[in-house]
Amino acid sequence: MSYREAMRAAMREALQNDARVVLMGEDVGRYGGTYAFSKGFLAEFGSERILDTPLSELGFVGAGIGAALGGLRPIVEIMTVNFSLLALDQIVNTAALFRHMSGGQFSVPLVIRMATGAGRQLAAQHSHSFEGLYAHIPGIKVLAPATVQDARWMLAPALADPDPVVIFEHAGLFNLEGEVTEAPEWDIAHARVRRAGSDVALITYGGSLPKALEAAESLCRDGIEAEVLDLRVLRPLDEETLIASVRKCRRAVVIDENWRSGSLAAEIMARIMERAFYELDAPVARVASEEVPIPYPRHLEQAALPQPEKIIAAVKGLYA
Amino acid sequence: MTIDHPPPAPTTGPVPWEKSFAQKMLEQMLRIRRMEEKCAELYGAGKIRGFLHLYIGEEAIAVGALSCLTNDDNVVATYREHGQALARGIPMRALMAEMYGKREGCSRGRGGSMHLFDAERRFFGGNAIVAGGLPLAVGLALAAKRLGEARVTAVFFGDGAVAEGAFHEALNLAALWRLPVLFCCENNWYAMGTALERAQAETDLAKKASAYRIDAVACDGMDVVACREATEQALARLHAGRGPQFIEFRTYRFRAHSMFDAELYRDKAEVEAWRANDPILTFAARLRREDKLSDAEWAALEAAAEAEVADAVAFAETGTWEPVEDLLKDVYTPCHA
Repeated sequence: MSYREAMRAAMREALQNDARVVLMGEDVGRYGGTYAFSKGFLAEFGSERILDTPLSELGFVGAGIGAALGGLRPIVEIMTVNFSLLALDQIVNTAALFRHMSGGQFSVPLVIRMATGAGRQLAAQHSHSFEGLYAHIPGIKVLAPATVQDARWMLAPALADPDPVVIFEHAGLFNLEGEVTEAPEWDIAHARVRRAGSDVALITYGGSLPKALEAAESLCRDGIEAEVLDLRVLRPLDEETLIASVRKCRRAVVIDENWRSGSLAAEIMARIMERAFYELDAPVARVASEEVPIPYPRHLEQAALPQPEKIIAAVKGLYA
Repeated sequence: MTIDHPPPAPTTGPVPWEKSFAQKMLEQMLRIRRMEEKCAELYGAGKIRGFLHLYIGEEAIAVGALSCLTNDDNVVATYREHGQALARGIPMRALMAEMYGKREGCSRGRGGSMHLFDAERRFFGGNAIVAGGLPLAVGLALAAKRLGEARVTAVFFGDGAVAEGAFHEALNLAALWRLPVLFCCENNWYAMGTALERAQAETDLAKKASAYRIDAVACDGMDVVACREATEQALARLHAGRGPQFIEFRTYRFRAHSMFDAELYRDKAEVEAWRANDPILTFAARLRREDKLSDAEWAALEAAAEAEVADAVAFAETGTWEPVEDLLKDVYTPCHA
């Protein structure tokens, strides 16, 4: 099954199982979803539940929040993270704050999904990674399914969660093929080791996971056993699993497609310093995006992003 | 001296309500007025902090409009929402305690003046982002429609909100999906210190709503009778299947925007002219003329409002502070850390 098929199966299951679930967003209905995630849904579930919206990110995300407060379980699809900036006010000032401002009277059971990331030569305005920015905000939860299995099984618990959950789906993963179990294996509270190792912890999430795994295989040929930790949940962070991995390996490299300054990687590194500093054999390193808007030409775009070679070089630097 | 926004002639016509109901409307306005006058005083005394936006002068709108709603309807308001909160039935004690930041407040003290909430009364805040409540109201109405519930969602906002993108996106969505939303625009002519005509090319706000094929009317927001009638008629159109409705209540705030405002942007003569249209005094005068309000009854209403305010202040004063150990409470819903 592909990542795309897995996400589609997850949404279809949610719509079948709970009449309160609605899908709303740009081109989710008649077009079948920008990435064909909801192809056929309009015919199967009807226009009352599959809502094509105008290009009004602020409006329809806010409407999703209100619909959640009113008793529905909306899945709001924002075409890409780039356009989510137009809805940021509603996500931050309403969805994330509502429970707190009301003294615990109202919860907002909303799921917001969006495509994220670069790598397809879509140039500066269509290649952002803002997972770290969203993970900064108390009141929302942030998920990054990086495997087909997680694409299949993270949505249901996100919909069952009483609070707003933002799901980042890296567009570079959509054609990824993988195994899917019949039932969910993992919750949406924990990070997961994708490859066990003992020499260095490669800590990553989302679209950088395949790159980290590729780097780990290459390092293995050079005699370095890398452990690859997929964070999966970017807020709240599963600090215990993170720290356990670092303590075991005593070396760590954080791989993050966010821009380097103020990135999620920076937060991960800070947590490692706070809790595992004296157990490290080398300073923690990171591979993040270069601090430049993502350029259009392929060679420049690739140079701006984390790559297996950069990860390998960063790991080897720890032994220098 | 010229007045930029001249008030309409005060309404003097007959009040089409029986005495007890008319007095009830007067009483509601008076309660809001006296509570807020006390709030201003308490702000000066340092008991209430942060931002405090007074509704004084605009009471007829909340009282008139909300008198048409049922307990099942939804209300979404702004940061100038003391009037809506009280008119919706939130006890004055809980409101005052909230302004003090006490645990007994309607938002457990976490919100303050700008974030009054009450789940039981379907009062969805207290939103301090201008126009932020409009998309929310659209969503509440979408849920009601989808779930087959008859409830209407009334959302209040000022003239300033009409310049925000959220206003236009929300009106378009509500009209497109024919949702049961009552858009209540309180036009007090100033977005903080910027006059309507200095901020918006089209100053006829109902026209903007009409552009989205929404029934839109303007009414005298200083007259509680007009406010109630406009709302009744709008709700009748909504229930008749004409989709969302828009009412522009033309009003005026007698006080500054907030307690930090030196009011350099408007002429004192304009404020005085509108004060002649005081919604409480003009309505009381009409009732007196029609023998629907005696001096003794007026005195009794005044005394009751004063007593309720004193009681609410005492309640807030004896309220308790949430312990600092509870600081991180209610960021997420419990049991789903």
